Amino acid sequence: MTNNSVHSKSSHLKEPLIRVARREGTSKLAAFFIKLLAIVLSCVVCLGVIYILTGSTPDKVASAMGGELFGFGTRQMNNIMNAYSSSPLEGFFRGLLSSKPFWRTIRDAMIMLCVAIALTPAFKMRFWNTGGEGQILMGGLATATVMIFCADKLSPALLIIVMLLASIAAGLVWGLIPAIFKAKWNTNETLFTLMMNYIAIQLVLFFNIIWDTTGGAGYIGMINKETHAGWFPTDIAGGFLGTENYIIHLLTVIVLTVLVYIYLGYTKHGYEISVVGESENTARYAGISIKRVIIRTMCISGAICGLAGFLLVAGSTHTIAKDTSDNRGFTAIIVAWLSKFNPFMMIFYSFLIVFLSNGSKEIATRCGLNEAASDVLTGIVLFFIIASDFFINYRLVFRHKTAKEEK
Amino acid sequence: MTGTNAIELKSITKTFGSVVANKDVSLSVRKGEILSLLGENGSGKTTLMNMLSGIYYPDSGEIYINGEKVDIRSPKDSFDLGIGMIHQHFKLVDLFTAAENIVLGMKGKTKVDMKAVVEKINGLCEKYGFELDPYKKIYNMSVSEKQTVEIIKTLYRGANILILDEPTAVLTPQETRTLFKILKKMREDGKAIIIITHKLMEVLELSDRVSVLRKGEYVGTVNTNEATELSLTEMMVGEKVTLDIERPEPVDVNPRIIIKDVSCSDKNGIKVLDNINLTVNSGEILGIAGIAGSGQKELLEIVAGLQSVDSGSVTYCPPDSDKCQELIGKSPLQIRNLGVALSFVPEDRLGMGLVGSMGMTGNMMLRSYRSGTKFFTDRKSPKKLSEDIVKQLGVVTPDISTPVRRLSGGNVQKVLIGREIAASPTVLMTAYAVRGLDINTSYTIYHLLNEQKKKGVAVVYVGEDLDVLLALCDKIMVLCSGRISGIVDARSATKEQLGLMMTKHSEETEVGDNDK
Amino acid sequence: MEFIISILKAMFTPVFFSKAVSQGMPLLFGATGEIITEKAGHLNLGIPGIMYMGGIGGITGAFIYEMSVENPVGAVGVIIAVLSALLFSVVGGLIYSVLTISLHANQNVTGLALTTFGVGLGNFLGGSLSKLANSPGQINVKLTGDAFRTTLPFLKDLTSKGGFVGGFAQMFLSYGFLTYVAIIVALLAAYFLNKTRYGLALRAIGESPATADAAGINVTRYKYFATCIGAGIAGLGGLYYVMEYFGGTWQNNGFGDRGWLAIALVIFALWKPVRAIWGSIVFGGLYILFASVTLSTAMTEILNMLPYLVTLIVLIVSSFRKKREYQPPQSLGLSYFREDR
Repeated sequence: MTNNSVHSKSSHLKEPLIRVARREGTSKLAAFFIKLLAIVLSCVVCLGVIYILTGSTPDKVASAMGGELFGFGTRQMNNIMNAYSSSPLEGFFRGLLSSKPFWRTIRDAMIMLCVAIALTPAFKMRFWNTGGEGQILMGGLATATVMIFCADKLSPALLIIVMLLASIAAGLVWGLIPAIFKAKWNTNETLFTLMMNYIAIQLVLFFNIIWDTTGGAGYIGMINKETHAGWFPTDIAGGFLGTENYIIHLLTVIVLTVLVYIYLGYTKHGYEISVVGESENTARYAGISIKRVIIRTMCISGAICGLAGFLLVAGSTHTIAKDTSDNRGFTAIIVAWLSKFNPFMMIFYSFLIVFLSNGSKEIATRCGLNEAASDVLTGIVLFFIIASDFFINYRLVFRHKTAKEEK
Repeated sequence: MTGTNAIELKSITKTFGSVVANKDVSLSVRKGEILSLLGENGSGKTTLMNMLSGIYYPDSGEIYINGEKVDIRSPKDSFDLGIGMIHQHFKLVDLFTAAENIVLGMKGKTKVDMKAVVEKINGLCEKYGFELDPYKKIYNMSVSEKQTVEIIKTLYRGANILILDEPTAVLTPQETRTLFKILKKMREDGKAIIIITHKLMEVLELSDRVSVLRKGEYVGTVNTNEATELSLTEMMVGEKVTLDIERPEPVDVNPRIIIKDVSCSDKNGIKVLDNINLTVNSGEILGIAGIAGSGQKELLEIVAGLQSVDSGSVTYCPPDSDKCQELIGKSPLQIRNLGVALSFVPEDRLGMGLVGSMGMTGNMMLRSYRSGTKFFTDRKSPKKLSEDIVKQLGVVTPDISTPVRRLSGGNVQKVLIGREIAASPTVLMTAYAVRGLDINTSYTIYHLLNEQKKKGVAVVYVGEDLDVLLALCDKIMVLCSGRISGIVDARSATKEQLGLMMTKHSEETEVGDNDK
Repeated sequence: MEFIISILKAMFTPVFFSKAVSQGMPLLFGATGEIITEKAGHLNLGIPGIMYMGGIGGITGAFIYEMSVENPVGAVGVIIAVLSALLFSVVGGLIYSVLTISLHANQNVTGLALTTFGVGLGNFLGGSLSKLANSPGQINVKLTGDAFRTTLPFLKDLTSKGGFVGGFAQMFLSYGFLTYVAIIVALLAAYFLNKTRYGLALRAIGESPATADAAGINVTRYKYFATCIGAGIAGLGGLYYVMEYFGGTWQNNGFGDRGWLAIALVIFALWKPVRAIWGSIVFGGLYILFASVTLSTAMTEILNMLPYLVTLIVLIVSSFRKKREYQPPQSLGLSYFREDR
């Protein structure tokens, strides 16, 4: 009945030339192709922009990206590939797996994925956690603190565990605070979590000065530079995966992704999150305590963000600074939202974003643009993807002739 | 009191898909006249008026305003013709003052001269006897004050024709009295007024003429001074229609829920239930009849633990023990955990009973997700249940994982009732279970309810269609403005009897008398 | 106690006040723009990016002018800089509007993408221009910058007098014209929102677009105007920073996180432009407090936390008090689609 009335109403009023109507049930495949089309289109635009600005042709751009992201064309890779010239495919994979750029790409994508995964439960509950940045930094700060003060007191394994727990606890607290206010007093969570970011940044700056090791420059610098205490080993599996691999990141985040996927899809908690996100009235009808779900979910969200901070500090930067998180808390919001909570799409978008930002940095250098061009290009691609959502959820209805006949 | 026709509708027809909302309706209103538009719920009164306010456009028929043929295609066209409609749901910005709301959207000088606006408002108040502080914010206002703002808003825009959609539904008797005084003053001022209502006393007291609609069709117009409550009721409910609904004899009748002295108020402090005493028996279908908003929803929600009460008690007596338990003060979940099985189909199916974006399986879990292992949800049995429901009730869905939002109204209802019945309740409460459903689906639902009754379940059926209530139920309780105006045996009661009970109780008579 | 007194002593000087003002004005522009946008129900988290765009727009315009004309005139530079700053930032606002209003995209996601884009664009153009100008990492349009900084001719005579007159001159007369523009724009915004028909309509849209729609207000058009004009005003904040504060110099990432501070100021001001005026000066003061107090450098970072902390407290207290006037616009962040009614 209601559907009918909407339909009749709109067809009987003065109809504009083009009208927008909601579209239900676009198939996943169609949605994916619309997205893909948007990405392709945006790449064409970006290539056009690059060409206009620098005169670089797409092939030059592609080789720049391949080199930066996978190590194609580097001397090391060429050597390995030459050594396996009898079996080019094996040579290719061996070359790839031992290439540093390849592993760096994996590392960055995994950390992005980790943050996106962290934000997903909150978003699914319709809680705008714009505080990922702060939660990551607090996790990183806790990790660094443990690294600095406990390195010589704990065994290596224990040290890592304490670092992990501290990071999780710190991120959790940073997520919990806005959740409590949201649950109890309905304080606007978008703005609250946003402000928490900058408080975290200032705390990081504060400790950077307190623990300054550079003699006044305001940086902590590499922590445990000599002992490497609390650092992730990067030569696991030895020669096969190269001397700088990030297999720990890969495994941790993939396991985490699977866990969160199961948590959201197959557990009672996950079910409650979906119901609260859909309709608070329905949640009440089903006897779900909304406050408890909000607080519990934000604890999880914050904790995983904290863990991302741990991965960053212990496994990548080995220090904590204001820009350690490098806007991942914000970018991951885009990743999580665009993926519509689908973990596979999230992996896809994490890589896409990392490709874009790392790749276009390289393009910028090679094509004589400055580094900031990468943000511009990323921005353009994001605009296209965001816009493409519209064509998945809505359709354009052009004015029918029948409307005129009625006159 | 005769004048030219302010409004004339000629053979208006409006359909929504296959549903005919108005069929060949003609009526007229003169200047300086109050016309009541009378009819049961769903008789097409509001649809008809929405064609005057520009929300709908008629499929066929003609509209004349002040003798001229017009084409009303948008709310703006309607404004421009001097028509003002006061909807049941007020369209006001809470944070604004009355004056700001009244002037909102009007053309004029860039700077709003609030003083002049307020003066004009005060002028209108004086002229018609409104009481309104133009500087008061809407969120501080009572419902009746908000209604006043809406009325003044239309007058401020120079409306000569006022349409009020069930204006008294939200008012206390005193407020109703004030409103009527104001409306009478407007009539003296030469305005044409239509009030949509189903309260007979009000019709008789206020209006000059009455037009009656029944199931979308125009029944007729009578002068109020020639009408009686009985004649109007007959016009409104029509001949009894014999329905082919089976009615098994009640079995094993025992008190299951005992409601004692229950009263409750809405958030504006208006009493919506007043001293309700009722026993719901097992093995019976208890029908609840009444004009929409007479307290049916609240009554069901109180039993389900979703609504708090001012006073009174609700006792539940389980079938296999003598220990009765108090339900008031328990949360919906606690009521379930106590072993009290209540199945409740809320009026707003998608907004509350179901999660629109989930498939059938997900929606089955809304009741059952707490079972299973400690941490994980059990998806197998809800999936099985969904498949069973699809099979048994003939739910039409591409797949049980298709979001229920995308199913048609009838199928959504089947999913909801199917789930509630599957919990093998001892009490099954349904509200407007067949609203918007086609005949076949409705019969499926009646059948399901009868099945439950035969199993010894206490069934509560809140309905709109009196014919169905009379054919399906064993007993019918009639609510009027939050009070029980009677409990009758459905096998012997007549439609007129119910119609009168729905629209009349002692207090309203007093209101009328005071004013005459 | 002595510490607090030392802070207070440092704060209550005309020079400190004037420094706070010049720190606060970019925030005021940003906050005024954001208030207008939010009143239309759109939370534009792209404001930081838009402010970068405005800044670089102004620099670019002035740079091209100064490079291409033999004897550039400061005043012309000013006009060109203002126009190009507006152009850049309104384009940013337009991108946001098309995506969130016409295409119903999520506001937060769009805003964040716009911030990425805007900051990138600022730094990118800045870097490219500095390459052209052969001064890596920064560009300088001194002539235009100086013109922006022009103060009253007799100011020096007044401030050197000291005492009340000197103090007054230092506090209220020692700025370039953009400072006064910032305050006038905020006052105009307040007047517009509270006293005019269009402001009333705009606020109605932010509270309840369906009600506004029913009252015959063109919701889409208002939303477009509000976001684009809001973006233009915020862009002037970026311009202020590069021109008046920095004297026509662009430094990559020089603007820092001030854009977010502007959004914080909106909350602090409870969506009221007049409160934003003094709020911006308070924020500006907190921002530079460290320079006037003898503190360890570490403590300055804690001090710099204050604007955010204060904002948070305002947010919390206003949600405690539940006073309707202190809440964000009701439909903030929600997209409006008529058929969903």
